Amino acid sequence: MKRSLFGRIWPNATAVVLFIGFVFPVYWMIATAFKPTGDIISEDPVWFPTDITLDHFKTATGADHFWTFVTNSLTVTVLAVVFSLVIALAGSFALARMRFRGRRGFIIGFMLAQMAPWEVMIIAMYMIVRDASMLNSLVPLTAFYTMMILPFTILTLRGFVAAVPAELEESAMVDGCTRMQAFRRVILPLLAPGLMATSMFGFITAWNEFALVLVLNKDAEAQTLPLWLTSFQTVFGNDWGATMAASTLFAVPILILFVFLQRRAVSGLTAGAVKG
Amino acid sequence: MTVQTERPPSGPADVRRTAGGGGSGRPNPRASRVGALAPYLLLLPACAATVLLLGWPLLKDLLLSFQNLNMAQLIQHVTEWNGIDNYTEVLTGEDFWRVTLRSILFTAVNVALTMFLGSLVGLLLARLGKRMRFTLMIGLVLAWAMPVVAATTVYQWLFAQRFGVVNWVLDKLGRHSMADYSWTSDQMSTFFVVTVLIVWMSIPFVAINLYAATTTIPGELYEAAALDGAGAWKSFTTVTLPFLRPFLYATTFLEIIWIFKAFVQVYTFNQGGPDRLTEILPVYAYIEGVGNQHYGMGAAIAFLTILIMIGLTAYYLRIVLKQEKEEEAGL
Repeated sequence: MKRSLFGRIWPNATAVVLFIGFVFPVYWMIATAFKPTGDIISEDPVWFPTDITLDHFKTATGADHFWTFVTNSLTVTVLAVVFSLVIALAGSFALARMRFRGRRGFIIGFMLAQMAPWEVMIIAMYMIVRDASMLNSLVPLTAFYTMMILPFTILTLRGFVAAVPAELEESAMVDGCTRMQAFRRVILPLLAPGLMATSMFGFITAWNEFALVLVLNKDAEAQTLPLWLTSFQTVFGNDWGATMAASTLFAVPILILFVFLQRRAVSGLTAGAVKG
Repeated sequence: MTVQTERPPSGPADVRRTAGGGGSGRPNPRASRVGALAPYLLLLPACAATVLLLGWPLLKDLLLSFQNLNMAQLIQHVTEWNGIDNYTEVLTGEDFWRVTLRSILFTAVNVALTMFLGSLVGLLLARLGKRMRFTLMIGLVLAWAMPVVAATTVYQWLFAQRFGVVNWVLDKLGRHSMADYSWTSDQMSTFFVVTVLIVWMSIPFVAINLYAATTTIPGELYEAAALDGAGAWKSFTTVTLPFLRPFLYATTFLEIIWIFKAFVQVYTFNQGGPDRLTEILPVYAYIEGVGNQHYGMGAAIAFLTILIMIGLTAYYLRIVLKQEKEEEAGL
């Protein structure tokens, strides 16, 4: 069946328009970050920056406490991802490889936990943390972030563990490996891509978290990058160059990670979210 | 054979055979004892974390909602129970119902737009050539990956009153009154920008998933439909749509949850302003509770919000729970 000229052109034309629509905000953020202020506050927008400047990045990274925020964000995010991976690895192994009473119940439980409305529970979390005298600390933040990404990590890893053929493990054990050794030497290496993809989503969630840190940590010493980014405008007024440079610094690591790992991770995401 | 009997019988293979094998004979009692405990031990850390870090806050929220807890009580560390006063105050006030209605409308509009446009983009992806598909995919993934806080900041800049691109374009298109328009000064225009932002961020997930689902549709189904004389539209409604229905249900459900609690977008874009007119339930709970320091009231609003959320998703949750039960019964 031959399609008419129109039939061949419109999908591509629509795709181009959509591509521009989706990319433009990201492009505009990066372009603004590199433009000299004169080009930013011009009556007609400068679509393609010709003068490139790094001044805005200097302003952004020179802001008070910037490096504290970077360290805090990295500490909290990396720890939360590692903790949840370790906890989830054990749980997902049980869910994927063993049959036991209540197994479905656990799966449903984690599915429900994945939907927890964290943004709505911040008042209760604030009171708990305050009663424990742990406001302005990274410890409760790490703990709660671990929990925020744990259900997703378990459900996704479960899919990856199940995808490793059980025969491999059995034959390793026939060859004299203990169960632990079989797990370490056979399953774990095969799980590496799955672990990476899963941890990436956890990383993004924790890296982006805003509502909880907004309530718990009023002290700049214990704040993270999302708070810095939203307070940036208040501090710098309408310095859009610096604000966009800050946004770029915050977003680019995630964008790079995501573009590279997206394909593998998405199948895991849907496996975990759509199908228990 | 001897090797196998000498090892502790706790390998996953053994467990599968003993605990799971329905018709494979009597399991050896020693193996089943160890095997029966292992999965629970492995799940223990995850369950402990869930109870402590998710269950406790939920319970705490319920307890707080029955307390008179304002700034004074907070500072003095006193607990004053006041029964259902918070709930009567919230439920008899006009604000709560207005915000609830607003939240539901907001969610409905955003989810409908996201699902409709996302599905169209997904179907378009399936129709495109390889190179064009890859290009559009890159665009989608970039929008998807954009961190929420950064995206909101970028949208503030795109829709900025002075030097914002959107106002410039509108001005050039002949809407000169929009040249210096402040998008944050009005309820509807704030919602408009937040909606564009949310739909922009949410379409990629729907589109890419839907596209992935279409690739799993067996080609024979289309051939069969063509043999029956079905045209493009007919084969779409009889083959594509029924096949995609589970994916559409599942993604709609996820989008409802995600969009209903879109605290970050709404709060960071305009703090629920102007004049508290764009507060949706999570923002309302935060501003009443933390902002105005009526923690007990805020907790009551939060609890009601959770109930509303469960109500909105109950239909789908029931389907999932039923499926899971049937699968368990089938094991």
